Amino acid sequence: MMALIVRRVVVATLIAGLGALPIVTSLSGDAFALTLFTRIVILALAATSLNLILGYGGMVSFGHAAYLGIGGYAVGILAHEGIDSGFVQWPVAIIASALAALVIGLLCLRTRGVYFIMITLAFSQMIYYVFAGLDRYGGDDGLTIYHRSEFAGLIDLGAKGEFYYLCLALLLLAIWLVSHLMNSRFGMVVRGARSNERRMRAIGFPTFRYRLACFVIAGTMCGLAGALLANHTDFVSPAMMHWTRSGDLIVMVVFGGMGSLFGPLFGAIALLALEEALSRVTEYWQIILGPLLLLIVLYARGGIDGLLERIGGTLRSRPRRD
Amino acid sequence: MTEALLQVEALTKRFGGITASDAITLDVVDRELHAVIGPNGAGKTTLLGQLAGELVANAGSIRFAGIDITGMPAWRRSALGLARSFQITSLFLDFAAIDNVALAVQAHAGHSFRFWRDARREPELREPARAALERVGLGDRAKVLAANLSHGEQRQLEIAMAIATGPRMLLLDEPMAGMGPDESSRLVAMLRELKREVAILLVEHDMEAVFALADRITVLVYGRVIASGPPDAIRADPEVRRAYLGEEARHG
Amino acid sequence: MLLLLEQCLNGLQFGLLLFLLAAGLTLVFGIMDLVNLAHGSLYMMGAYFAASFSALVGSFVAGAGLALGATLLLGIALEVVALRKLYGRDHLDQVLGTFGLILFFNELVRLIWGPAGLSVALPDWLNRPVELLPGIFYPAYRLAIITVALAVAAALYLMVMRTRLGMLIRAGASNREMVGALGVDIRLLYTLVFGLGAALAALAGLMEAPILTVQIGMGENILILAFVVIVIGGIGSIRGAFISAIFVGLVDTVGRAFLPDLLRLVLSPAAASTAAPALSSMLIYLLMASVLVLRPEGLFPAGGR
Repeated sequence: MMALIVRRVVVATLIAGLGALPIVTSLSGDAFALTLFTRIVILALAATSLNLILGYGGMVSFGHAAYLGIGGYAVGILAHEGIDSGFVQWPVAIIASALAALVIGLLCLRTRGVYFIMITLAFSQMIYYVFAGLDRYGGDDGLTIYHRSEFAGLIDLGAKGEFYYLCLALLLLAIWLVSHLMNSRFGMVVRGARSNERRMRAIGFPTFRYRLACFVIAGTMCGLAGALLANHTDFVSPAMMHWTRSGDLIVMVVFGGMGSLFGPLFGAIALLALEEALSRVTEYWQIILGPLLLLIVLYARGGIDGLLERIGGTLRSRPRRD
Repeated sequence: MTEALLQVEALTKRFGGITASDAITLDVVDRELHAVIGPNGAGKTTLLGQLAGELVANAGSIRFAGIDITGMPAWRRSALGLARSFQITSLFLDFAAIDNVALAVQAHAGHSFRFWRDARREPELREPARAALERVGLGDRAKVLAANLSHGEQRQLEIAMAIATGPRMLLLDEPMAGMGPDESSRLVAMLRELKREVAILLVEHDMEAVFALADRITVLVYGRVIASGPPDAIRADPEVRRAYLGEEARHG
Repeated sequence: MLLLLEQCLNGLQFGLLLFLLAAGLTLVFGIMDLVNLAHGSLYMMGAYFAASFSALVGSFVAGAGLALGATLLLGIALEVVALRKLYGRDHLDQVLGTFGLILFFNELVRLIWGPAGLSVALPDWLNRPVELLPGIFYPAYRLAIITVALAVAAALYLMVMRTRLGMLIRAGASNREMVGALGVDIRLLYTLVFGLGAALAALAGLMEAPILTVQIGMGENILILAFVVIVIGGIGSIRGAFISAIFVGLVDTVGRAFLPDLLRLVLSPAAASTAAPALSSMLIYLLMASVLVLRPEGLFPAGGR
């Protein structure tokens, strides 16, 4: 019980803080913090989508950043061709990611364990090379976006505060959707398949189709995050979907606490804040981050969410609804 | 003569040079308890694996309720009414006991592309789950995490999951393994009740239980059926005594 | 025709390099059940050491030898200090932990050698064409790579099949407790196997160094290709790795060389030159996808894994 209360208090405080951020930064004049947290929120959305398949579903996909890239390039390419309307760009981003996830899922989900990790990595690398080879759209150097997505005056994505609130709203909406999804019948199948796939098949579940559906939902959500990211940076490049980005997302999910609703958000904040802090210490901050990752893996695997559980005083066990 | 519920014809399975199942033929009729016994390595689990759909036979056929299921994947067989329990406990350890059983119920309650409603609050899933738990004697342990149940309770949960799907036939793989005498006799009593409702193929080492429950017994040695018939006939069969029971009688 | 032969030889050479990497990866995974993403970092270190030592000593071959030794020591140190703690852990943990190591090595290299790429000079006797057949010339160095790699492959095969160590390796792959119970120091065995993998990666790296630019992140690009090789060949199988590595090497090299021309037959020149680079990169992955559809365990999976 205590664990639940501690977690709820922390989450509520966090959401309140995130909600108040633009107001605080406009008063203090610190524009950088708002930019940083917009990025954090967008990546938290991407991490939340990965949590669906990794945290809840047990599918270790090392190619999830590919959907960030696909969503981002949908916006970038359409903008480049003169189509600035968000009402066209964003649905294209979502549909393109969904289709890509469907094809990749159909191929990859026939495999297990290490094979799955390697294959998702390989396919995302393939997509990286495809986009790097598109000279028309900037190739390796990337593509600048001169106008952010237009929504017919409903919202101005160029205004930092408005854009931030949109991202935050989408993130919270996504988390709410995930909470319903993972407690529904569908979610039970996905989680059961993670727990014991052999048993799931023995009791009568054709698990493949459910895991595929979960994979597609995750890819789609990540594609939306990609569209947001493109708008945030006014720039798309193959680097968005480099496999190290996929690694970052996995780090966020794992260290936030796998299979927990707000874990990905904790993880995104932790990783980006850590990167910020370390990069002020030294230009070569990854020399510290790398071994730190290894140490955390070896000695602190429950992640932040697990830490909160322990602070609450009870052992982590029941998959509770947050 | 009506066709038996389960009809196994010349079932053969080879692993490289080893013939684990050698032209096994047997049948199970409705509401009978048919036990399969044999020394270790006789191929009992391989047989079950082929019946359940985890292993693909090299030759032979399996018919269930008149349908040829020889090539059918495991999950489809379950939908037809063929349920199994595992020799080595195979549960959803990070879920509560009732969640384990509710999943089994859910598998047979239509498709699961339902994305919104909380499955833990659906009476059509929870009620049958609770009933199955009561039946095996775990009613008051419903909320306990499967990982925290005792070994005997976990074996009981295995059975609960199998019966929760409302099957026509149960494939039970050494359900008494690792159970103490009290738990075993409780399970025997429950199986005696169950066999009035469903057919049961029971693979077991516990000879007391086998002779107490079985309507027919098939003896497997090195993958071959060496005898098949009612318990008395099996007890008296000299080949069986030589190959298997004789050892048991000496070592108790 | 000449071009085809040259490209085939290049493909063979590339494939053999991939084999050296894949063999190390598959050995380590097969024996210790360890997914080691930092394998590519050892390849990179081999290349960087080769660049530095050969410049220092003034001889490519001597520098290469030193690089091999240095990377071998580095690999063993890495195993003892960090990686052995990952044995027996979840694959996800291993992926994350070794991902951290990649970040570390890439940054370490940037710190020590700087962000610019390095090049390695070849001695004259290697840096000249050799006449294979009348009128057909091929770079001596690439021939040397092919020769060395084939020799190593043969030695590897002999070792795994014919020696006690190889028997222990094969036994360890299928039954760890048994090997331990036989009184063999399993920790030592694991360290040796890892060292072998590191040496193979280093060899690939230092041999490749004069041909490519030695740069940060070079390990990861080729690591992913090594993964593709293993997926196609089947995890745990050295023979499978060999066959699929050659195959992948040939498809990639020959494909890249001839795809633009093939495309020009069916598409307009403009479309062909847009599509060619992207499609060339996709070839191997399409190959992998086809294998997956037909045989998800790979073409030659090692039994019992």
